Amino acid sequence: MTGNPTLRRLGLLTPALMTIAVLIGVPLMLLFWISLLQKGGSSGVDWGAAPSLGNYIRLVWEEDFDGTMILNTSYLVILLRSILQAAVTTGLSLLFGLPVALWMAGLSRGQRDMMLLLITIPFWTNLLVRNYAWLIILRDDGWLSQAINFVSPGGPIQLLYNDLAVAIGLTYSFLPFMILPLYTVFEKFDWRLLEAAHDLGATRSRALRRVLIPIAMPGIAAGSLLVFIPCLGAFVTPALLGGGKTLMLGNIIQMQFGASRNWPFGAALAVVLLGLMLFVMVCMAIWRNRRVK
Amino acid sequence: MTDSSAVSIRSVSKGFGRGAAAVRVLEDVSVEIGQREFFTLLGPSGCGKTTLLRLIAGFETADQGKIIIEGQDVTQAPPFRRPVNTVFQNYALFPHLTVEQNVGFALVEQQMPADKIRARVGESLEMVRMQSFARRRPAELSGGQQQRVALARALAPRPKVLLLDEPLSALDLKLRKEMQIELKLLQAEAGITFLFVTHDQEEALTLSDRVAVMQGGRILQMGAPRDIYETPTHRFVADFIGDINLIEAEALPGNAIRLAGGAQIVVPHQAQGKVTLAIRPERARIVAPDAGHLQARVVHTAYLGTALVHKLALSDGATFLLRQSDLDGTQPPIGSTVGLSLPADSLRVLLQ
Repeated sequence: MTGNPTLRRLGLLTPALMTIAVLIGVPLMLLFWISLLQKGGSSGVDWGAAPSLGNYIRLVWEEDFDGTMILNTSYLVILLRSILQAAVTTGLSLLFGLPVALWMAGLSRGQRDMMLLLITIPFWTNLLVRNYAWLIILRDDGWLSQAINFVSPGGPIQLLYNDLAVAIGLTYSFLPFMILPLYTVFEKFDWRLLEAAHDLGATRSRALRRVLIPIAMPGIAAGSLLVFIPCLGAFVTPALLGGGKTLMLGNIIQMQFGASRNWPFGAALAVVLLGLMLFVMVCMAIWRNRRVK
Repeated sequence: MTDSSAVSIRSVSKGFGRGAAAVRVLEDVSVEIGQREFFTLLGPSGCGKTTLLRLIAGFETADQGKIIIEGQDVTQAPPFRRPVNTVFQNYALFPHLTVEQNVGFALVEQQMPADKIRARVGESLEMVRMQSFARRRPAELSGGQQQRVALARALAPRPKVLLLDEPLSALDLKLRKEMQIELKLLQAEAGITFLFVTHDQEEALTLSDRVAVMQGGRILQMGAPRDIYETPTHRFVADFIGDINLIEAEALPGNAIRLAGGAQIVVPHQAQGKVTLAIRPERARIVAPDAGHLQARVVHTAYLGTALVHKLALSDGATFLLRQSDLDGTQPPIGSTVGLSLPADSLRVLLQ
């Protein structure tokens, strides 16, 4: 076990470096390379095509019959609605997750562990099954529709196959990702700070706004990121609960790799999604650094 | 007295928990705290002193009784509507705010204009000599500095009464002594009532105008530090504050008390049968073996610089401490038998 320590360190690092390279580096590069190629035969990719940015151009412009490029907003609209849908879901998760996390932090040790277990249980259930469950609840003869109709009889209310259904489904799926980081912040929270705020004249809501929320901000940011980013790429929930009408970025990508057999265009979309997520995370990091300073 | 009291606690009781697990923390406590008084609640942990402070601050609600601050009944008022501010045991400074934002917190709640807030924050920080730390965050300050900021924060809104919950207990001894002096000066400067909670009897005696000694949810004795020290009425008070010698004796009719050795002393009392006498170590004197009220054997002598402390064994085996401030006087050799003279005016007959 003698020899150059630098070499030895490199040797010990090799498994980790190899894992990162093979499982993350290579696939990402492959994805980017494919996004520059053309749609081809049965495999979906024409590996011999000359690389070009054609697929990215197709996202925004369409070539007319006479060769002029005209603006095609359909993909931009889907991108925008994906962002909007993810933002709404994040907001709803925060709205429901914050009180739950606050309440959990105030429980006894045993009760807390129980609640953590209950909150993570849905993770163990198949995503499809959970979405089908919402399908049953939200459809016209489902109990929720029936109940609403019973309270305000104005004809059946369409709950399924719209943006609302997708928002409900996504919020349900990603709520634990909001609750858990918030809970870790609140668990460490010094409750005497709220007493101090009251003592200094702050009412309940003022103490919440001036003390609790600012101190919980790292948890709120982490939870929002954990909900927002997977929401952008979600495709099971929009496909099932949106009824194929309300498409999100994830659905288009899935379509390209599946039915359309256009891997390069799907890869280009995936790269755009990746870039979008990266952008959000960088913004978040910059904002957090500024706050710390 | 009532109208001029800064704080008036009337027959307040408080319990926690329900059913079999219920605990009575305060039992029918009544106190009147005067204007600009430095009043201390002293007692061991669990005696109810902190609960009483929290009731006054409004963090807890009394089960029974009334709390009146500056003539205003606040028994049911929330903490943010009471003219008191608290210095918390571990300071409870807001970690996300700077020192000046911490100090200005209450002023923002009072919707004071920004320029006035700036002036008042500056004033308050100057009072505790922390002006140069205004832009720091609490995490960048030492314990003593955080303590000062906590004081400035609680004083900035100019409360009628300042509540201090063991504010010095987290500091080391040297810093604690410094802060004690500063607290006393600060109180004189601010001219407001201080209600101080501590388990440190020395701190209580040093700082206070009046001390209330608490045990088991009750106030046992209340008075000036000198009275509490010199004239303890309860065995607990005598034992808790400073060193004291407790001697079992028998009360006789006509104010006489018979000691174990048969000697009699005349001390005013209303007791009957067995009683406990208390005498401070510095009040007893060593005399010739057959001249004193009691006989004792010298076990050990400690030199403290300002005094000698003799550890003596009484004939029944009990330990008796005697403090001799006359360093040049005769010093009984270890193992010798001496007589103890107990001046009648220094002896206290205690309630159990």
